[in-house]
Amino acid sequence: MPLLQVQDLTVEFPTRRGTLRALDKVSFAIEPGEILGVVGESGAGKSLTGAAIIGLLEPPGRIAGGSITLENERLDTMPPDRMRRIRGRRIGTIFQDPLTTLDPLYSIGRQLTETIQTHLPLSDSDARKRAIHWLEEVGIPAAPQRIDAYPHEFSGGMRQRVVIALALCAEPRLVIADEPTTALDVSVQAQIITLLKRLSREHGTAVMLVTHDMGVIAETADRVAVMYAGRIAEIGPVASVIKHPAHPYAEGLMGSIPSLEHRVARLRQIDGSMPRLTAIPAGCAFNPRCLKVMPRCRTERPELMPASETRAACWLHADA
Amino acid sequence: MLEAIEVSHRFDVSKPALQRLLSGEPRLFLRAVDEVSFAVARGTTLSLVGESGCGKSTLARLAVGLYAPSAGEIRFEGQPLSAARAQPALRRRMNMIFQDPYASLNPRWRVSDIIAEPIRSFGLAQGAAALAERVAELLTLVGLDPTDGGKYPHEFSGGQRQRISIARALSSEPEFLVCDEPTSALDVSVQAQILNLMRDLQTRLGLTYLFISHNLAVVRHMSERLGVMYLGRIVEIGPAEAIFAAPLHPYTRLLLDAIPDLEQIGRSRTPVGGEVPSPIAPPPGCPFHPRCPLANARCRVEKPVHTRVGDVMVACHAAEEGRSSA
Repeated sequence: MPLLQVQDLTVEFPTRRGTLRALDKVSFAIEPGEILGVVGESGAGKSLTGAAIIGLLEPPGRIAGGSITLENERLDTMPPDRMRRIRGRRIGTIFQDPLTTLDPLYSIGRQLTETIQTHLPLSDSDARKRAIHWLEEVGIPAAPQRIDAYPHEFSGGMRQRVVIALALCAEPRLVIADEPTTALDVSVQAQIITLLKRLSREHGTAVMLVTHDMGVIAETADRVAVMYAGRIAEIGPVASVIKHPAHPYAEGLMGSIPSLEHRVARLRQIDGSMPRLTAIPAGCAFNPRCLKVMPRCRTERPELMPASETRAACWLHADA
Repeated sequence: MLEAIEVSHRFDVSKPALQRLLSGEPRLFLRAVDEVSFAVARGTTLSLVGESGCGKSTLARLAVGLYAPSAGEIRFEGQPLSAARAQPALRRRMNMIFQDPYASLNPRWRVSDIIAEPIRSFGLAQGAAALAERVAELLTLVGLDPTDGGKYPHEFSGGQRQRISIARALSSEPEFLVCDEPTSALDVSVQAQILNLMRDLQTRLGLTYLFISHNLAVVRHMSERLGVMYLGRIVEIGPAEAIFAAPLHPYTRLLLDAIPDLEQIGRSRTPVGGEVPSPIAPPPGCPFHPRCPLANARCRVEKPVHTRVGDVMVACHAAEEGRSSA
């Protein structure tokens, strides 16, 4: 049984000029201990999916349809005060910017113990011990001495480690990591990815890893979902999606990434850009940019269907 | 075409004079660029890579004369840069593309005015009709529609704005372009469009690029020559193919290893620890020694100088001595 089941999730933003549909029937599941990568370009709805799951959609955004189920419990209909107990305890979150995630006015230790005591019935000294343990887990040197330091005394990479400790200290079953390495330099990024992978494996934590960096996904994720214009274009095992993408958008995306291994004369490019939410074309959202477009794509919207090794929302695979 | 000879640039990061006087602190300087030498040949691309704070953007600004070097000299077409910039005929031949297409275009100007300004100020087109024609030509060149000139920057997406920046940079008919992270604010599929466009333009117009980036894969795609920077110094410089095939400096190796690549699905690795130290107080000796797996006593005290290994210049005691493991 999956840990998290998202079914036909639809998120809408009512505006003066009409309702914008930012997520349109998004369905996926995450198994316990699994790392699911979510990729796509800015505005594809990756972060929004994460925000909807933890119940932190910015108003006026609202869930207009579908369901989110965590271990047999509906999250989308849960009252806010119960949802607050879930966040941090059963779902941890890691955001992109470690500078704004931490409160500059409180010491690292205070922020950690507060989180721990909110979710676990521990005494002050036990909570502090647990905080030190987690700082050591995420690789902060001299954790017992540095626990009383303030966020500004840490470098960017160290701060992101603290954020990971904060997300994991109550031992949640699921962590939503939204671009956890985007603000970091490559050498630090490698450290953070390795850390996330190790912690996920050792503690059996499932991770939803949202990023625009396909390289990070390739290295970290078990499965990957490619999002386009608020929909999932393709989902499947990471090796299949990268090596044999079935959706023309996923194919274009993989081809447009410059590689270190071999130099090509020209990168593959997808002409045009992703449609704005106000003007999502009828049928398949990708049809105006697709090289393999068929008449059917312009009128009928494809749902996810089995393609060779993955599942893709593309009419090319209708017969398969 | 452009040559930098032992260029340094430092920023004064001292506290205000009165405060310094009261606490008896000395002046503090940040060495953003430290004795850097390189040359860019006509029609080729030299890329400089490095992590944040390594001085690559400062170097880009030095190269177009937005900053004056604190020491050393930059020469453009054999003339000192300051003298070259004083002559409109030479100044016109260099231009810059900035990182953030949202911040580098004036939101209150129409696109046609943005592109026309350099043409006007250098007097490259006579009369309004010729000016409009040139603007339309430039828009077409970068893959936009001539009618887009009447719009404002906010009506365009990030990739289209970067095309406008390129059109503006090309409007003074330059031969030398400094590109400071031109694609890092863009999504990958748009990045591919811009990189392809830049390479097409190089072939068609014979442009010379100084390309600044933190992304080694992008650099590999773009450049003939590559310089790797660390804490204000070029630690390794040479033909890109040679460096990618056999990186000599341990930092270059670290950078290459750290980049997640699509070819390596599910790879696990042991990343090098540590982070870039503060450039205000760089470590003595080789600035990379606290993180270097090959560091020994010599690296901690003696600053390495550039030595030639094949076509590559490298500043590393370990590479010079042929040390391979500590």
